[in-house]
Order: sequence, then structure tokens, then C-alpha cells
Amino acid sequence: MSSINRHSQQVVATILSNKRVGQYHQILINVGEIVKHCKPGNFVAIKVGGDHSSLILRRAFAISRVSDRGEYGGTMELIVAPHGSGSRWLCTQEVGSSLDLVAPLGTPFGIPTEPVQALLIGGGYGSAPLFGLAEVLKARGCRVDMILGASTVAKIYAPIEGKRSVNSLKIYTEDGSTGEMGKVTDPLPSLISEGAVDVIYSCGPMGMLQAISGITSNTDVVHQCAVEESMACGVGICMTCVLPVRKSDGSIAMLRSCIDGPVMDGSSVAWELVGKNAMTP
Amino acid sequence: MRESSFDFSTTLGSAWFPAPVFTASGCASSGRELSQFFPLDEIGAVVTKSVMLKERLGRPTPRMAETPSGMLNSIGLQGPGIDAFLAKDVPWLVENKARVIVSIAGETVDEYGVLARRLRSVPGISAVEVNISCPNVDNRGLVFACDPESAKAVVESVRRTLAGDLPIIVKLSPDVTNIASIARVVVDAGADALALINTLLGMVINTDTMFPHLGGKTGGLSGPAIRPVAVRAIFQVHEALPKVPILGMGGVRTGRDAFEMILAGASGVSVGTASFGNPTALIDVQNELKQLLISKGFNSVQEAVGFAHRPSKANP
Ligand SMILES: Cc1cc2nc3c(=O)[nH]c(=O)nc-3n(C[C@H](O)[C@H](O)[C@H](O)COP(=O)(O)O)c2cc1C
Ligand code: FES
Repeated sequence: MSSINRHSQQVVATILSNKRVGQYHQILINVGEIVKHCKPGNFVAIKVGGDHSSLILRRAFAISRVSDRGEYGGTMELIVAPHGSGSRWLCTQEVGSSLDLVAPLGTPFGIPTEPVQALLIGGGYGSAPLFGLAEVLKARGCRVDMILGASTVAKIYAPIEGKRSVNSLKIYTEDGSTGEMGKVTDPLPSLISEGAVDVIYSCGPMGMLQAISGITSNTDVVHQCAVEESMACGVGICMTCVLPVRKSDGSIAMLRSCIDGPVMDGSSVAWELVGKNAMTP
Repeated sequence: MRESSFDFSTTLGSAWFPAPVFTASGCASSGRELSQFFPLDEIGAVVTKSVMLKERLGRPTPRMAETPSGMLNSIGLQGPGIDAFLAKDVPWLVENKARVIVSIAGETVDEYGVLARRLRSVPGISAVEVNISCPNVDNRGLVFACDPESAKAVVESVRRTLAGDLPIIVKLSPDVTNIASIARVVVDAGADALALINTLLGMVINTDTMFPHLGGKTGGLSGPAIRPVAVRAIFQVHEALPKVPILGMGGVRTGRDAFEMILAGASGVSVGTASFGNPTALIDVQNELKQLLISKGFNSVQEAVGFAHRPSKANP
């Protein structure tokens, strides 16, 4: 456990660009050397609101993508939905302003050593880290299919260049405004029974992750999901971000989603106990 | 005052610390996580998360809500239990040269005694913090610090067990009418020092769901929002019991905040919630505090403790 955030550092970084993409902001930050240690699934904790803000807690954002090439050296991309006071502040920051951030944090996606058939499922802006993951999986010789979903077209995040790193991309919206009308889980049972999937990587709302776990249970499909719990510290010291996880002996442990996650084995999460009283171990 | 001759050390009862800045219980987990950001032996001591007799899963999520300049938490004393804690966490801290203050919490008076007995012969512990003030328990009756009789019984039980082995620091709740009178009771019962303050009981209602936001409904308020309450509590207790050392806490984020608590009467300062927003907050607070004390002309931390209580020039 103490090795998990071994490479994380607190740095002051500069915003290189901040663009609106649909309902989200795509923010590119010059972070320097730390990109070398960022892996798909890692997140960053950013101080928000400026020095005299009444917002005292950092905000956690999934790292969408990093690059150590290009004219600026190490850069990190975030896809931010401006839905709370902290994320709104971040979305209003101008090019050239500084950010105090801690990264990389958390347990990243596990990358198979052998080529496998990988299915990447993203809900809303949860798709952001999946494109970087797709590139890594492709480089390992995996077949990479992707399914994205959201309530409506403006909430789908699917950059054109990202589409190049996948073998296929299917989109579902609940209102049918783009792609097929329905949910990302609709095609899963048949894909699994056809043997078209070995590993599912998912990122999105908890309800979606739980639904995927329900479908993959009692199958051989591995489900690695990036969970979302509210985090006060992001570095493992506050115990606010816990999820009930079933240990091998069947008992429950409350694990920190910031350190033992955000990527967890979907089959070990006791989804039915999330937000419930698990009281006795 | 030159930096080299400035005395930054402090004492709580018979325990000596090279610096007066400590972690706050429950805000540094087992210590390993923060050691990623600075060496733990640079601060005064690590105060560990309150440990109970048995493993405990704590309260359901959501466990936190940010509030203006503060936050509510309802962890509910999640922890591994004293056996696993002594087997894994304490040896690791000692190996990493951290000074250790172990915080204990019991469900009954007897449990505090049993926990104290388990600590008696453990090498590397500097002091015991007796948490009688955690608000995140199902039965508010468990808040021993809100009732003088129960507070007294707990401290006597720990005192009897520990004899003179380890200094006893008793942590009090600000959610009482007269904190100085509770302080007096626990000092008479055998406390060597006091920790002030634990969180204040609070609630946030989610206006979308129209239910209390926290899984545990109520939670403990911490962070800069509570600092004036903490300064007041420290000031009142130091005024009533000037000889009893105080470990001050509640919303300390900068060296200036720590200095304020020392002026009010604290011999040491714990930094809790500030570490969530800044993993190196302890080091920043410590460096700023030292510079501030030196620039104000103090020769030692001790000289500044309770300095705000001196007679004013206008009416001596
Ligand atoms: C997440 C969290 C967990 C805490 N857990 C404990 C605990 O286990 N035992 C205890 O005595 N105090 C606990 N506290 C209270 C702190 O030690 C401290 O008294 C309080 O938060 C005020 O200081 P601060 O504003 O610097 O955080 C906890 C506080 C927080 C925010
Ligand atoms: S967010 Fe603090 S322990 Fe995970």
C-alpha cells in the first residue's frame, strides 16, 4: 500500500489551454517530469478557488491523457464537467494561470501481459481516461472495442483523434440524440456469450459500474472499474472515500477508493452495501 | 534571536518533543500515507487515528460534506482494532523514527482501561491521547466528554492502569456549556495534559434529495471554520488551569494560526483537516511558526505559551 503513491508529487503547474467541448472543458496542463509516472486510471488532486477561498479541499480529476513529447515537455489533459463549485472554478481558469496539484495518485488500470480482447465502457465524461488506456492496450497487441453512453449527445465525450486508437466505437444515448437509443449495458450479454470480451475496463457513474458487475458476475470476464466516491484528501489519510469490498474469506473490508482504487475489481465490490451500514466486519 | 539558539521543543506532561507541531488524530491515517510527502521524524509527533478494541468498519458513505471553510466528517472510528494496530502500525512508525502518540477510544469505561493496559509495555510510544469526545458514534451517550461523571470514570480507569508509565492527554469536546469545568474534572481524575478541541457536531441537508447528506446523518465539523471556537476553548481552559499543558487544534492551516493557539495557552498544536488540502501542511505550519516566534522575539516556544493572558498595559 505504501508503494502506491510512491511517485506522487505536489507541483505548481501552468495551464496551456482550456477549451469547451460539448458540456465539458478540455484542460491541458504543463506538469513536467511527473507525466513519466502517470498511468491510465491515475488521478490528480487540484487545489481550487485560489489562496483566499473558503473551499478547503482539493478536487480529484481522472487524468485523461499525458504526453511527454511536444514543445512543452510533460503535459496532462483533463476533461472537466463544471458541475460543482470547484470544477466550475477550474473551468474558468485562463491559459497561463498556475495550478497547485498532486499527481499521480491512486491505483491505475491493470494492463494484461498477453494480448486480450478488451472492451472499454465509458459513461459521460468517464470516457476521458479510456482513450489513453486504449492506446496502451493497443500497443500491447490487444483488440480494443469501446462503448460510450450518456443521457444525451452533449454529454458524450469522444474526441476524433481518440477514435483512431480503438477497433470499434459504439455510442448509446438514453434519448436517442446520437448513436443508438439505450444503455451501454444493452449489448453486453450477447457480446459476452459470443466470447468477444476477455476484460472490461469501465469508468463512469456508480450505477453503470454496478450494472456491468451484475452482468459479468458468473462469467469469466474480468471487470476493472474506476469508481467515484467523494474524496476529502485523495491521498489516503481521511477515510471518507471508502467502499465495501468482499475479502476472499467473504467478510467485508471498507477500502479507500483513493488508494486501493480508483480502479477496483468490479466483482469484489459489495455494491449492494454501498451507502449501507456494514457495521460488523 | 538567532535561529540556532531558538528552543523549538515542547513538553506534554513528561513527554518531550523536538517541535510543537503534531498530526491530529484521524487526519493522518497510520502515518505511512503522509510519509510519502515528508519525513515523519521532522514533526513533533504523529497522533494516530483513535483505535478501539475490535476492528470496526465505521459509518456508511457519504462520509463527508464540504462546508464554508470547513467540512463535516462521519467516519465512525473505522479501524483495525488494537491487536492489528500494535502489530503493524506502531512498529512501522517507530522504525521510521516518528514519535508516536496513540489515541484510544472505548465504548465503555472498562474498554478504555483494557486499551491502556495494552499500551503499557509497547516500546516507542511517547504518550496516550484518550479520545472521549468523538461525535461519530451511534449513541450520543458515548460522548463521555459531555458528561463530567463519565469523563471522570474513563480517566480514572486509564490512570489506574497506566500509573506513571505514559503521560495521559485527554481530548475534550467543544460541545459543552463550560469546557473549563470538564477540564478540571479530568485533570483531578489524573490527566497530565488536555487536547482541545475535537470536532463540533453538525449536519448538512442535501436540498436535492431533501435528506441529511451524510450516511451517518450528523458529522463532526472541522477546519478553519471552527478555529475561533478552538482558540476560545484553549484560552478559557488555560485561564482556569494555567499549569496544565494543552495540545491545541481546530482549523490550523498556517504558522500564524498555530501561533494564535500558543498565545491562547497551547504547548503544542495539531494540524488535521489542513493536511487534506495540502499534504505538506504540517511542514509549512511548522516552518512558518518557527519564523514567526523568532521574529516576535521569543527565545522558546515555552515563552510564548499563554502570552495572550499577560496583563495588558492599559489595565494591569
Ligand atoms: C476525517 C476526520 C477524522 C477524525 N478522526 C478522529 C479520531 O479518530 N479521533 C479523534 O480524537 N479525533 C478525530 N478527528 C478530530 C481531529 O483530530 C481534530 O480534533 C479536529 O478535526 C479539529 O482539527 P482540524 O480542524 O485541524 O481538523 C477527526 C477529524 C477528521 C476531519
Ligand atoms: S480521500 Fe481521504 S482517504 Fe481517500
